[in-house]
Amino acid sequence: MTATRPSVVRSDFAPGRWLGRVTAFLIAGFFAVFFVIPLVWLLLAPSKDIPQLNGFHGELPLSFGSFEQLSKNWNELVAFQDGRIWTWLENSVFYAGAALVLTLIVSIPAGYALAKTNFRFRRAILISTLMVMLIPNTALVLPIFLEISAVHLVGTPWAVIFPFAFFPFGVYLAYLYFSTSVSRTLLDAARIDGASEFMVFWRIALPLSMPVVALVGFFNFVSNWNNYFLPFVMFPGSKTMPIQVGLVELIANVQQFNPTTVATITISLPQLALATVISVIPVLIVFLFSQRFLVAGLTAGATKE
Amino acid sequence: MLSSGYVVLLLAFGILPMAYALYLSFTKRGQFVGLDNYVRVIGDFRFFPAVQHVAIFLAIWVVALVALVVPLALIVHGARTRWLSSTARFLYYIPGAFAGAAGVMLWLFLLDPSVSPVAFVLKWFGYTTFVQTLGLDNLPVIFTVIAFWTGAGGWIIIMYGALNTISDEIMEAARMDGAGAIKTARYIQIPMIRKWIAYMAVIAVAAGTQLFAEPKILGQASRNQIPIHYSLNQLAYVTAFGPQADFNGSAAISILLLVVAGGLAAVLVFRGGLFDRD
Repeated sequence: MTATRPSVVRSDFAPGRWLGRVTAFLIAGFFAVFFVIPLVWLLLAPSKDIPQLNGFHGELPLSFGSFEQLSKNWNELVAFQDGRIWTWLENSVFYAGAALVLTLIVSIPAGYALAKTNFRFRRAILISTLMVMLIPNTALVLPIFLEISAVHLVGTPWAVIFPFAFFPFGVYLAYLYFSTSVSRTLLDAARIDGASEFMVFWRIALPLSMPVVALVGFFNFVSNWNNYFLPFVMFPGSKTMPIQVGLVELIANVQQFNPTTVATITISLPQLALATVISVIPVLIVFLFSQRFLVAGLTAGATKE
Repeated sequence: MLSSGYVVLLLAFGILPMAYALYLSFTKRGQFVGLDNYVRVIGDFRFFPAVQHVAIFLAIWVVALVALVVPLALIVHGARTRWLSSTARFLYYIPGAFAGAAGVMLWLFLLDPSVSPVAFVLKWFGYTTFVQTLGLDNLPVIFTVIAFWTGAGGWIIIMYGALNTISDEIMEAARMDGAGAIKTARYIQIPMIRKWIAYMAVIAVAAGTQLFAEPKILGQASRNQIPIHYSLNQLAYVTAFGPQADFNGSAAISILLLVVAGGLAAVLVFRGGLFDRD
């Protein structure tokens, strides 16, 4: 990633090339605005009341409302069904966290075994891992639901924790890491000393694998937290929902989207925006502080030849 | 064995659900019924519209993704100023945190002319209400914009990484021959990362066929302006959870979707040349 590009000093001034560079800059800038403006708007929206959000008095879309309004929106959102949003957040933490721990426990040793040991069905496991990794996880949601429903586990935490913990991409990342970054000589030395395969993994490979543990943890946590379809089918009851599913349920309580059901309206648009922000805060924080990781992870395949 | 925990999960939540859905799709109340379930769901009046909706979305989405991500990656890669390039990549990638329901929720606001910060764009197209914006003909473009907003940044980073693997000597030789940025991109960079471009396109098709959260959430917010069986996955969901409570039919649709996704995955694994390190 840090390959230095040779700097070529150019003395000739070429107007065509200069024009090209300005065009490139404008395109890149336009897309930066496209990606960022919605985020900025969303972060500002919870500080407004409804008329401000609508700009009735000429408020600009990217203006800040007030801290009082922010705290008012916060209080009303938290008061919704006696702090239901906390329940949803707790559920998300529990499901995503439990699955994360399980994922790390199973996928790091599996990646190691696939990369550095030989056993029956190794190739079959590797190929099925790649296949399932490349199949979008939404494609498996209804089949997993049908299976979970057959064993009467729908509505229990296991209905999402186990499927989340099955994370072939993590196994693939660990496999890539062990096959490229951990030398076989080192492992063989330990094997000659009579260490069991598990001890070789535990004593030698695992301590070397912290970068990939973090990487797999990052991707697994984000994908668990943001998963909508699977928990949506598994948790019909509001109390067991994770925040992503709960967030969508809030729509039913917003007048803007349901003008006919005024009686039950309890959530305003700025409050809905606040709920949206809250629902991604953990992921956003992880994103901001692990940018280098995730760049390394996304390009893991691309940078290795 | 070190991989046994994972193998259990692979069997239980990868292989077994597929096998069980396959079994359900060929049976009814435990009796083998051949292709009956498939005939029934394909004959359903909602099936072909759903195929059509997904196909139109896919065409727009994949073309837009490739046509925008590749040039953006080239631009970001070609930037002379290091911090400018890394900042651009970071800004492009951040919306990825909103992948899932939160991203669609954010777009509820952006597509509503009464509160949207880009209301002027919507009004320019003649839309003054949320329901107008969500006209059926607009949906493929809207889903494309949402998917691009959350997903393009990750692909730009991947393409950037792929561009970095092109050796400096090759780039330098091109420069010596007097090739400008466009010629270098066309004759050297794009051909050298074409495997990755193909990979992105195939993954985008596979993911696009699964369309669910976007039409579901936007439909819920617009009093079912979007039919609840708009996409194939929604139809599979409604078939199982709706009044029909037809798990066998739902399994049949899921299998059809899985065949498409699995076929595409197989192409990548066996023909893509990206995973053959073994």
